[in-house]
Amino acid sequence: MTDVTDATTAKSAPTPDDGIRIADAEASGPVLAADGTPLKRSLSRALRMQKLRALALIAPLLIFVLITFIAPIADMLFRSVENDVVAETLPRTTPMLAEWDADSGTPPDPAVFKALYQDIFFAAERKQHTVLGGRLNYEMTGMSSLFRKSGRKVEDMGEVYQDQFEDLNEFWEEGENWNALMGSDEWNAEMAAWDPKGDARQPRFELRDGIEELLPQTSETFSAYAKFIQTVDEDNLAKEDPWAIVYSALYDDLTGPAAARLNDYSGPAAEELRAAAAAVDTFETVDYVAAFQDIDKDWTDPEVWQTIKTYSPRFTNGYFLNAIDMQKSPDGPEMRPENQQIYIKLFWRTLVMSLTITASCILLGYPVAWILANLPARTANLLMILVLLPFWTSLLVRTSAWKVMLQQQGVINDTLVWLGLVDTMDRLVLINNQTGTIIAMTHILLPFMILPLYSVMQTIPPSYLRAAKSLGATNWTAFWRVYFPQSVPGIGAGSILVFILAIGYYITPEIVGGTSGIFISNRIAYHISQSLNWGLAAALGTILLAAVLLLYYAYDKIVGIDNVKLGG
Amino acid sequence: MADTQKNGAFVEFDRVQKSYDGETLVVKDLNLSMPKGEFLTMLGPSGSGKTTCLMMLAGFETATHGDIRLDGVSINNIPPHKRGIGMVFQNYALFPHMTVAENLSFPLEVRRISKSERKEKVNRALSMVQMQDFAGRRPTQLSGGQQQRIALARALVFEPELVLMDEPLGALDKQLRETLQFEITNLAHELGITVVYVTHDQTEALTMSDRVAVFDDGRIQQLAPPDKLYEEPENSFVAQFIGENNTLDGVVQEISDGICVVKLDSGEVIDAKPVNVSKVGERTRVSIRPERVEINPQLGENAHTLKAEVLEFIYMGDVFRTRLRVAGVDDFVVKTRNRADQVRLEPGSHVQIGWLPEDCRALDA
Repeated sequence: MTDVTDATTAKSAPTPDDGIRIADAEASGPVLAADGTPLKRSLSRALRMQKLRALALIAPLLIFVLITFIAPIADMLFRSVENDVVAETLPRTTPMLAEWDADSGTPPDPAVFKALYQDIFFAAERKQHTVLGGRLNYEMTGMSSLFRKSGRKVEDMGEVYQDQFEDLNEFWEEGENWNALMGSDEWNAEMAAWDPKGDARQPRFELRDGIEELLPQTSETFSAYAKFIQTVDEDNLAKEDPWAIVYSALYDDLTGPAAARLNDYSGPAAEELRAAAAAVDTFETVDYVAAFQDIDKDWTDPEVWQTIKTYSPRFTNGYFLNAIDMQKSPDGPEMRPENQQIYIKLFWRTLVMSLTITASCILLGYPVAWILANLPARTANLLMILVLLPFWTSLLVRTSAWKVMLQQQGVINDTLVWLGLVDTMDRLVLINNQTGTIIAMTHILLPFMILPLYSVMQTIPPSYLRAAKSLGATNWTAFWRVYFPQSVPGIGAGSILVFILAIGYYITPEIVGGTSGIFISNRIAYHISQSLNWGLAAALGTILLAAVLLLYYAYDKIVGIDNVKLGG
Repeated sequence: MADTQKNGAFVEFDRVQKSYDGETLVVKDLNLSMPKGEFLTMLGPSGSGKTTCLMMLAGFETATHGDIRLDGVSINNIPPHKRGIGMVFQNYALFPHMTVAENLSFPLEVRRISKSERKEKVNRALSMVQMQDFAGRRPTQLSGGQQQRIALARALVFEPELVLMDEPLGALDKQLRETLQFEITNLAHELGITVVYVTHDQTEALTMSDRVAVFDDGRIQQLAPPDKLYEEPENSFVAQFIGENNTLDGVVQEISDGICVVKLDSGEVIDAKPVNVSKVGERTRVSIRPERVEINPQLGENAHTLKAEVLEFIYMGDVFRTRLRVAGVDDFVVKTRNRADQVRLEPGSHVQIGWLPEDCRALDA
């Protein structure tokens, strides 16, 4: 109350004026509901229940659409830029390649080859090298076989060291000795207690304390080996002998700065390690560069390395460049050679043919819709069944029927020859080309044009035409100036439907299109199911989607999307 | 042709018949002749053939038989757009994709009238209906009454001599309808145009027209000026259809000298004016307008009066409407003006009623 009292009057007791001030203060504040909460809040609370209920009602569909439609599309689109496989399969090589000058014209350092040896060794164990080869083969032919060959032979490279270590001391042959050296005491104890035939999980390998500082490369390699045996192969680590690559790593450690630290080491196998460290200087060494060159002389080709380097980032625009007939080169993107260009031509053809199909659907569908809209309801319904009839027939059947109709010895050609319009020697080529695709697709998509046209025309009262004629317009003027403008929303709706369906059509062009009548979708399908280049397929699909959205936007700007009616 | 010119007929229907299905006639033997400048209304219940007649005149329907002549020339084979007849439609039929000005300029454009002249004529037509400020609007942005004004202006803008109107005020509210009725008649007379107006609203027909053609069953039942139509209906349909009407059924007992005596089915005897009864013993339906009935009349010695029982009294402001039981009929209505000395009859009371013989018309049964 004192808050409200005018300070200048400095009265301690409330006055009648205070009551008015209090009322004013309340009036200027938020409007209150009957229970005293602000009206806004109680309104939004009341609406929230309604909104939640409405959301719950559509939730099943929403979730269904999200899971089965939006998520797969998003995933597919993501594949058009995704490029994990190179960096994941060659984790050691790709960072080192970043420093290599691709324009030098010489292959990278021997150190890179060593990293490549390690990467390919592990990849080969996981059978990943073929996947990588397949991926790089999209960009450069021969990569697939290069990696497959290398994966097979890389096993032998480390064996040089393995043999020498084993010759030095039989101790190094046994996996158990390795486990004792590299694994922690607790893990070794657990392994001893573990029953391989029981249900219990194999104790996961743990490095011994301090071994990482002592033998860094060996530790890393051995850990990777142990993990692979335990999780991927699911074999008993106690019964396995280490891979050749572990010996290479040990050799590297012992020839490196680690050797000096061995003097202070007192863990398991200390004696054997010191003996080995003393002996390694006399070991026969492996020249990785020469070894890879032995496998395939392509490994000394800087172009191979360029390709690997170009595609080592986790995201790439390579698929998109490919989809518009370009390619990556050391100097940035460039057009592909003329004879390899295909996609721009295909996109353009898809666009032009879709427009042609849409136009012929308008030409054929408009009169039909007009007749349907102007006939008595009973006759119109009967004819409407004829329009809808194609929907009840399999798409494949209808398309195949066109094959029968259009081929050179087919119904249409026979009729034309019989009528004498066409000489039997030069029958028309109506199928396995663009003509075939346009004819068949116009037929298949015609209902999608007629239906919206019909429903829009039904709403145009016949009195408009009568009015126009009574005002002195001829039949044609009445139609063109009065009826046609009002049917434009139907044309718009039908055209959008037909065009969008046409631009992504696949089956019909595949069957009747031959080579010159196929669409971009056929190419996408090819990359999805045959060449398995999903990234390129995704890029092509993304471009197609973007093109449709762009056209839709242009349509909205030019005609106006609210000028599209499906009826009413 | 020479005949029609002599008669001064501008629009002429000559034994016109129309059938849609080849089995029934929608219009049966229509004969009608209109002089220039007349405002003629076709009035009738729905399905009476009045709109069909209008459509035949406009050229949207062809006559199955007979001749339709405009200014002496048969127009049966002239397409609608060459007839030069203005038409106002029931739902206005303003082109929704054009502005008001474009709608009005449309008939001028198709007549290849120059742009400046078009503009001038459109403005003149718009000012005729007081809609100058709405030239740039779309029809959907206008109210019903405004749309109707535009439709009217569009039908007049190319200066036709004959304008047809098909129930143009049907969709408007009562007040607006009355205003527009007045405006349309005024415009028609000012411009001297001939108008054929179709409606099912008898008040509209009576207030607007020079002559009214009452349609029923594909025929013109009566063609007369409004006052004659109301006061001297020629048959019981017209009597029933136009205004409120009391009917009593009976048999003609005597006919003489413009007066006939009718014995009602209930036994009472009344005087009437024979209209389409000709001989004694014929069944007839006598018709009396509610406002011509007098209560407790002083009519003289030989006039017949009837006993009546008051069933209901309704106060309607300017008039009182009293429902009576007369000669066994329960819906006999008497209308009396609300005068200072007027008696309000109590339901249940008994009175005598009577009328002048010439107000009671003996029509066909």
